Amino acid sequence: MSRFLSNLPLRITIIIIAFIWTLPTIGLLISSLRPQIDIQSSGWWTVFEHPFEIAQWTLANYQRVLTTDAMGDAFLNSLLVTIPSVVIPITIAAFAAYAFAWMEFPGKSLLFVVVVGLMVVPLQMSLIPLLRLYTQLDLNGTFLGIWLAHTGFGLPLAVFLLYGYISSLPEEIIESARVDGASPLTTFTRLVLPLSVPAIASFAIFQFLWVWNDLLVALVFLGTKKEVTVVTSRLAALVGERGEAWHVLTAGAFITMLIPLIVFFALQRYFVRGLTAGSVKG
Amino acid sequence: MEEAVKHEEQPSKAASIFTTGPLRIIVSLIVPVLAFLVLRWSFIYMRDADANKLLIGLVALIIGVGAVWALYLITDNLVSLLPQGIGDTVRPFVFVGPALAILCMYLVYPLLRTIYLSFFDARSETFVGVENYIFALTSPDMLIAFRNNLLWLVFVTGFVVSLGLIIAVMVDRIGRWEPVAKSIIFLPMAISAVGASVIWKFIYSFQPSPRPQIGLLNSIVTALGGDPQGWLILKPWNNFFLIIIMIWILTGFAMVVISAAVKGVPAELLEAARIDGANEVRIFFGVIIPYIRGTLITIATTVLIMVLKIFDIVYVMTSGQNDTEVIANRMFREMFVFRNFGRGSALAILLLIAVIPAMIYNVRNIREARR
Repeated sequence: MSRFLSNLPLRITIIIIAFIWTLPTIGLLISSLRPQIDIQSSGWWTVFEHPFEIAQWTLANYQRVLTTDAMGDAFLNSLLVTIPSVVIPITIAAFAAYAFAWMEFPGKSLLFVVVVGLMVVPLQMSLIPLLRLYTQLDLNGTFLGIWLAHTGFGLPLAVFLLYGYISSLPEEIIESARVDGASPLTTFTRLVLPLSVPAIASFAIFQFLWVWNDLLVALVFLGTKKEVTVVTSRLAALVGERGEAWHVLTAGAFITMLIPLIVFFALQRYFVRGLTAGSVKG
Repeated sequence: MEEAVKHEEQPSKAASIFTTGPLRIIVSLIVPVLAFLVLRWSFIYMRDADANKLLIGLVALIIGVGAVWALYLITDNLVSLLPQGIGDTVRPFVFVGPALAILCMYLVYPLLRTIYLSFFDARSETFVGVENYIFALTSPDMLIAFRNNLLWLVFVTGFVVSLGLIIAVMVDRIGRWEPVAKSIIFLPMAISAVGASVIWKFIYSFQPSPRPQIGLLNSIVTALGGDPQGWLILKPWNNFFLIIIMIWILTGFAMVVISAAVKGVPAELLEAARIDGANEVRIFFGVIIPYIRGTLITIATTVLIMVLKIFDIVYVMTSGQNDTEVIANRMFREMFVFRNFGRGSALAILLLIAVIPAMIYNVRNIREARR
């Protein structure tokens, strides 16, 4: 009992902090469900004066933003961009990580150091030459172009994370496979890959959120035409075009957040593991 | 496991025709050619098609993953044809090759090319020496951008790490509700920076005086008797209102990472300090912080790098107007608005230089870990 009491100020502080942290998002959500007229004439907190009055809630904003404002298309485009951008880097990085962890070749150390160095590099550095290259190859504004770009930008971290995991697999297992006559490829596909699923899952979620939430790469390589725009660039365009149209902006923003929030809540464990694995040293 | 491996190495009789002898060599040559043709078709298809988008996506997944796997299988097969010794030396490069190739194309080559372009003019036709860098380091616009970046770096990193640390330690003590509290504070990390910007733009929104305020901040201010402000146009304070957004986003991240480290502090150490009579504050500064120093530095550098690259928030909120410009946003504008590729490249290189200390730190850590 006394423990609870002495803890009380702590608990209250944390409740206040958690409240402050969620407040902005709640404001957005509530506003997105209010009719345009209400949004423009009163603060969202006023809904609590009469929370059960049905007339003050509406789905019209969502209806409108999904169709007229092209958010529905953008949503599909985001899926189309994100999923391959997750799957392809993982495949390529897994092979490379395995090689770095369990194979010998000249220059291995140096190459790995280069990969690690490239992890922090700002991708702004690649944009201008890549843009030009893409124009020559006719890849500008294509989905293929952006898949490859995200693969390129995500590879260093992918290789690093997967390497960290694969290299920590018990040596005896790898050795016994080798002794049994398995080729390196078989060892990789039948043994290492299945065992690496936790690391792969962590990176997959990390990369998924990163690509889904990205704005810069989408703006540069995909553009803002309605056939290809993703949710982030669409939302950014809406902010620019319809600055004070909060009924549209709040609903649109929430649509961009829907999938990340679901992924986050359902798969937190893996996500956090990926982050902590990459950041906490020894 | 042993059974599975042995089984795989004894393929069925029919298939064995393809895996032995001269037929094997022929197959090993035809398959790559076929694969290449399929790949080329799909490349063009995916690039040009006005075709149904879902179809393109499906093709991408099948080809992307399938092709990558096929590539590895084929090259591995080819390598197995080579005499034993050579095969073993070459094989690792089969595994590592595609990754290295992509890294070269998307990171190494562009890096070198950007450095090269930074010494040329807007259209990359005339050599101008260090003129772009001089502009970047002396023009009034750029000086404001530098000042702002400095504000971002200091305040975001300072607050994020401190708040993250304090909250991590606090949350560690409240037992059952810890995961819930952590989730709530971490939540903004899942949202895109664009989404976060819309949220906070709404909070900062301003209505001229007699009208009721719909933005949270102004309504609090007017409730307390003040006048509503256009927070985002108030120089230089507007920068801080942008900085708050990033603090809101990143604190949860710092908290989660630091929390893992804090839980790693051995209980015996804490107990010993308590027995010696130290109070919680002394324990915090004298035991916990020194123990997790490494993590704190790592988190600080990670946040610093994220802040340097920050583009979304400024782009969406103010587009750099009213003295809120930052380097990353300016670089984007040089590229797409002013079409000055020389200056854009110079700015990109400046960003890179700013990040080099962190790069060296990371590399050194890796080297030590591998030793």
